[in-house]
Amino acid sequence: MNPIIEIDNVSFSYSHVPVVRDINLVIHEGEFLGVIGPNAGGKSTLLKLILGLLRPDAGEITVFGKSPDKGRSRIGYVPQYPAFSRDFPINVCDVVLLGRLGETRWYGGYTQEDREIAMDALKAVEIDNIWNQSIDSLSGGQLQRMLIARALASKPEILILDEPTANIDVRAEEDIFALLKQYNDHMTIIVVSHDIGFISGYVGRVACLNQTLLCHTTSEINGKTIEELYGAPVRMIQHAH
Amino acid sequence: MTEFLSALANYTFMQHALMACILSSIGCGIIGTYVVVKRIGFLAGGIAHTVLAGMGIAYFMGGSPLLGAVIAALFAAVFISFIKLRWKQQEDILVAAFWSVGMAIGILFISRTPGYSVDLMSFLFGNILLVSKSDLILMMMLDIVTVGIVFLFYKQFMVAVFDEEFARLRGIRIEVYYTLLMCMVALTVVLLIQIVGLILVIALLIFPAACAAQFFHSIFKMMLAATAICLLATVSGLAIAYQPDLPAGATIIVTAGVFYAVAIASSRLLKQLQKKSVAN
Repeated sequence: MNPIIEIDNVSFSYSHVPVVRDINLVIHEGEFLGVIGPNAGGKSTLLKLILGLLRPDAGEITVFGKSPDKGRSRIGYVPQYPAFSRDFPINVCDVVLLGRLGETRWYGGYTQEDREIAMDALKAVEIDNIWNQSIDSLSGGQLQRMLIARALASKPEILILDEPTANIDVRAEEDIFALLKQYNDHMTIIVVSHDIGFISGYVGRVACLNQTLLCHTTSEINGKTIEELYGAPVRMIQHAH
Repeated sequence: MTEFLSALANYTFMQHALMACILSSIGCGIIGTYVVVKRIGFLAGGIAHTVLAGMGIAYFMGGSPLLGAVIAALFAAVFISFIKLRWKQQEDILVAAFWSVGMAIGILFISRTPGYSVDLMSFLFGNILLVSKSDLILMMMLDIVTVGIVFLFYKQFMVAVFDEEFARLRGIRIEVYYTLLMCMVALTVVLLIQIVGLILVIALLIFPAACAAQFFHSIFKMMLAATAICLLATVSGLAIAYQPDLPAGATIIVTAGVFYAVAIASSRLLKQLQKKSVAN
């Protein structure tokens, strides 16, 4: 399996408060990686570093062998919180079409092909019936599915999701993970979650993050790991080195 | 009303005024929509008031005030978008600085202009009845540029005003499009200054699009509706002002304000009626 994301000794701090330290992680093509850890453990920060939205203070990240801002067009990203305002006058299909930017022609409107790809993405997440609804009328689950569809519309090779199930009910959560499992056939998937028990049934490997990083396969997760991760970060750091 | 129509048929200045209403409504509808959805009314106000510096300097040097206005507006747009992108925390203070210092510079230059004293009021409050043929040609060119650029980069502007973070991830150079959008706001402001002057321009830029936002949930439909509403407000304002000889700019703004109040009230009423019909 080819390594497609390489994180080499990366540290990052927001104005002198360290958020992640000495992270080393290689993600291979076709993996389904879960990133877990306590709140403020640096999970979202790690994703933003991979996406090139933040720059590491030390160390280096490559995505498909390039710098993140060059390689990230092949990544589909589903944010935890949408960065847009819900009362913006736009409908579901037009949001998903934005995923075609960078793939489609640079001028004018969208092509017929773009529209077909967007509708296919909406069908995949099972919200094609509400394609022309304006976004202020969506439920939390529908909004989440729309964001996944937008990420899928760019035909990404890697799909990164930040807490995709934080704002939706359990049944919708199961649906979304089943969907991701299916996409994992031809896509590398990275999911951030605080819900260890739940994601371990789906992912192939977990990265436990609390400032520093521990990597385990799913089978290795047990009470001791969890206690280390959430209860005693200092001990976990010793364990890591 | 009949006087207005016969004046329209007989006087060139009234025909020019009507053309000015039509031409400015196009820019107003398109760019006003972006200003409203991106919530940058205050920034547009900053640009509008900086324009006086350009007009004042142009007058002082014997050039065309409209050209001076275009240059000053573009300068302010580039600077203000730089401020918005780089110094987010101090945005309001810096925009306010542009706003007032721009006006002060304009007033200083106008006061020092030799020869006859310029009618400051027509800069500040506009004079639609004095729009010349060359003004109309310039307005038409500004419209063509605006429509052309929006047509070319419709998708990029959409993502830039909707979701900056996602725009970056898709490789859209947000700084470029944001600055371009602000430059078009600047050109539209200049377009509208002909009609209502630089003090009232923000109202005309915002009211029609804000009315449209009450009823339409798509940028494209908002642009069309805002253009129509702007045309209706400017032409009916002009008609109302004609017979009692009221200042046209101020009448247009009050008309647009009334439109906005009616739009808010009727959209509220519509929502309540919908709720009731769902409940029954």
